[in-house]
Amino acid sequence: MSKYPELLAASALALCLAVPAHAEKFGLGRPALSEEIAAWDLDVAPDGTGLPEGSGDVFTGEEVFAEQCAICHGDFAEGVDNWPKLAGGEGTLSDKDPLKTVGSYWPYLSTVWDYVNRSMPFGNAQSLETDDVYAMVAYILYSNDIVDDEFTLSHENFLEVEMPNAAGFIVDDRETAEAHFWTSKPCMTDCKESVEITMRAAVLDVTPEETAAKATEAQPSVQEASVEVEEKPAEATAVEQTAALDPEMIESGKKVFKKCQSCHQVGESAKHRTGPALNGIIGANAGAVEGFKYSKAMKAAADDGLVWTDEEMAAFLAKPKAYMKGTRMSFAGLKKEDDIQAVIVYLKSFGG
Amino acid sequence: MSENSREKAPSRRQFLSGAAAVGVGAVGAGAARAADPDPLITQVQEWAQATGEGVDATPYGLPIQFEDDVVRRNVEWLTADTISSINFTPIHALDGTITPQGCAFERHHSGAIELSKADYRLMINGLVDTPLVFTYEDLERFPRENRVYFCECAANTGMEWAGAQLNGAQFTHGMIHNMEYSGVSLRTLLEEAGVKPEGKWVYVEGADASSNGRSIPLEKAMDDVLVAFKANGEALRKEHGYPVRLVVPGWEGNMWVKWLRRVEVTEMAIESREETSKYTDTLEDGTSRKWTWVMDAKSVVTSPSPQAPIKHGPGPLVITGLAWSGRGSITGVDVSVDGGKNWIPARLAAPGTDKALTRFYLDYNWDGSEMLLQARAKDSTGYVQPSKAQLREVRGENSIYHNNCIQTWWIKETGEAENVEVS
Repeated sequence: MSKYPELLAASALALCLAVPAHAEKFGLGRPALSEEIAAWDLDVAPDGTGLPEGSGDVFTGEEVFAEQCAICHGDFAEGVDNWPKLAGGEGTLSDKDPLKTVGSYWPYLSTVWDYVNRSMPFGNAQSLETDDVYAMVAYILYSNDIVDDEFTLSHENFLEVEMPNAAGFIVDDRETAEAHFWTSKPCMTDCKESVEITMRAAVLDVTPEETAAKATEAQPSVQEASVEVEEKPAEATAVEQTAALDPEMIESGKKVFKKCQSCHQVGESAKHRTGPALNGIIGANAGAVEGFKYSKAMKAAADDGLVWTDEEMAAFLAKPKAYMKGTRMSFAGLKKEDDIQAVIVYLKSFGG
Repeated sequence: MSENSREKAPSRRQFLSGAAAVGVGAVGAGAARAADPDPLITQVQEWAQATGEGVDATPYGLPIQFEDDVVRRNVEWLTADTISSINFTPIHALDGTITPQGCAFERHHSGAIELSKADYRLMINGLVDTPLVFTYEDLERFPRENRVYFCECAANTGMEWAGAQLNGAQFTHGMIHNMEYSGVSLRTLLEEAGVKPEGKWVYVEGADASSNGRSIPLEKAMDDVLVAFKANGEALRKEHGYPVRLVVPGWEGNMWVKWLRRVEVTEMAIESREETSKYTDTLEDGTSRKWTWVMDAKSVVTSPSPQAPIKHGPGPLVITGLAWSGRGSITGVDVSVDGGKNWIPARLAAPGTDKALTRFYLDYNWDGSEMLLQARAKDSTGYVQPSKAQLREVRGENSIYHNNCIQTWWIKETGEAENVEVS
């Protein structure tokens, strides 16, 4: 018997405590406030849980869609380039190349509302008003011939809309449908009589092959060099001007530009994307970036001699749609004057 | 240093002529006698005479310049924009099982965001006793776990459903990485908030503009899911969800939500965009499987392969590759050099571990003739990786996701390899 029974008991107790008890609370973190939950808990479930009150009609939806979505998804939700098509494809799911759209594939309307509300438009997520989301979703339904042009979607009739492919899904059944893959002891010898090559990747030739890439790289470097020589004077001015620009403004402009970069690129390897590359844009003639397809409105402004001076660019960026009715740039505008000035300085750092 | 030694992958033409020359030299050579003394040995080289770089030359080290072709690569035509896109791990050039973070594939839905630890918040809400908010520092105070798991995009090999298409293991199988994660069990955090009995699912959501969110059954959430903040010993990279991502072992990569900001306990699945319009698998008759979370057992020979051809001619050849299963551990890998007629058990570099990559080797004496090289994985549930024909028989060609078929590389006499399909 120990001379120190209490100590033994105490260490036994300590030992018990050291073993993590099931569901033991650590007292870490803090209770979430209702405002915080309301700000983040935006998801909408198939039964409408989480759907805020509101409504919007097809007509309004068409306008908002043209402004906010058409640049990627097309005026009729038919999709531009590789961007998702939102309409059409009905009855194609068993075809060789099914066209999966909201109309042909999506099983729940809640998913459409939720996704538009939280994740769209691309590059400016969570900027839409609730009623506009209803209107846009109504328009997408209309584009898919699910509702007529008089339709108004609201939180009240939300669950009445029938999605054409609602019954088109089954829960993962691999363990039964593919039970024969659990063979444990597969064939090891003489498993088939003959083996023929039936298809080759080289025939398609769609691989960004390393060796090929290196070979082609060698040639353009010569071209690049000559381009460099030609552009030297322009570059020199750009560098000079960069030197005069406030580095802090460039830095904060770079942050603001994040709102633009889903559509616009700047810098050495800048390419046109949804919007034109913007190297040297400040001081340049409007609608003049080579190889970009501008809207009629932008072309008309260019014909009228619009030049992107600091002032014109500032006015455009403040409210693009008001400044130029018909521009394809689906961007609400920069609210803060400081942001506008900073992004202009940032753009100048790429020449102009 | 000679300019030649700095060259990396030779051009296709150089490769072909070079391989032919090596082939001739190697026939019957064994340990062939060199014609002339090797100047790399007989002459004092610059690196043996002058000094190299001091410490601190690179405070955070990058691979040496000779390895700068071992990088993630993108297939431009796959997506509309790199901001919502994917690239591929250079698995053809790696060995072992751990994927270095710097070349581990990236998949973004709205670009990789910069979120600091100071600005990081994680909310647990929904059907819980006490909705909670954690800071990054809070997370660091919970008991921590270390686990190695693979993360595979459900679309890995997805371009190969209708036929052999992309010519390289990086492109056919590179939407995968395998890291050692340090973090907190999601169960611990859920228990801290107290899950109500009616809670059946969790909806997990990221902080980026895509609001990527997925529904996970509570059973899985309380099992092996981790809230991770370190990978391979260091902070997660921005592109992998710094400062905190979810790790959902064995299940498709899309569920491993990056920049994890919210875990909501719900009664039902939310059926978000990424679990209805995407990451669902359309069968031949037009119906689609949903909630296909687990990644089936799969393997691929990483070398030799189209990007890693045989350059040394006949003789000893290391055939190697990776195998994994989302249902458990890899118990064996068989390799075929004749397109699946006969199979040879490969050697596992280490016994397979739960839901992690396993490296296999077949130490082979190549006679220089053509091979139709395949690997076939077996897992701890008795599942055997199927052929492409077997998969198509059940699923058709429009599934996009979950293509775990046996891959065939046609190794030619030159040592070059091509992605092919065989009967």
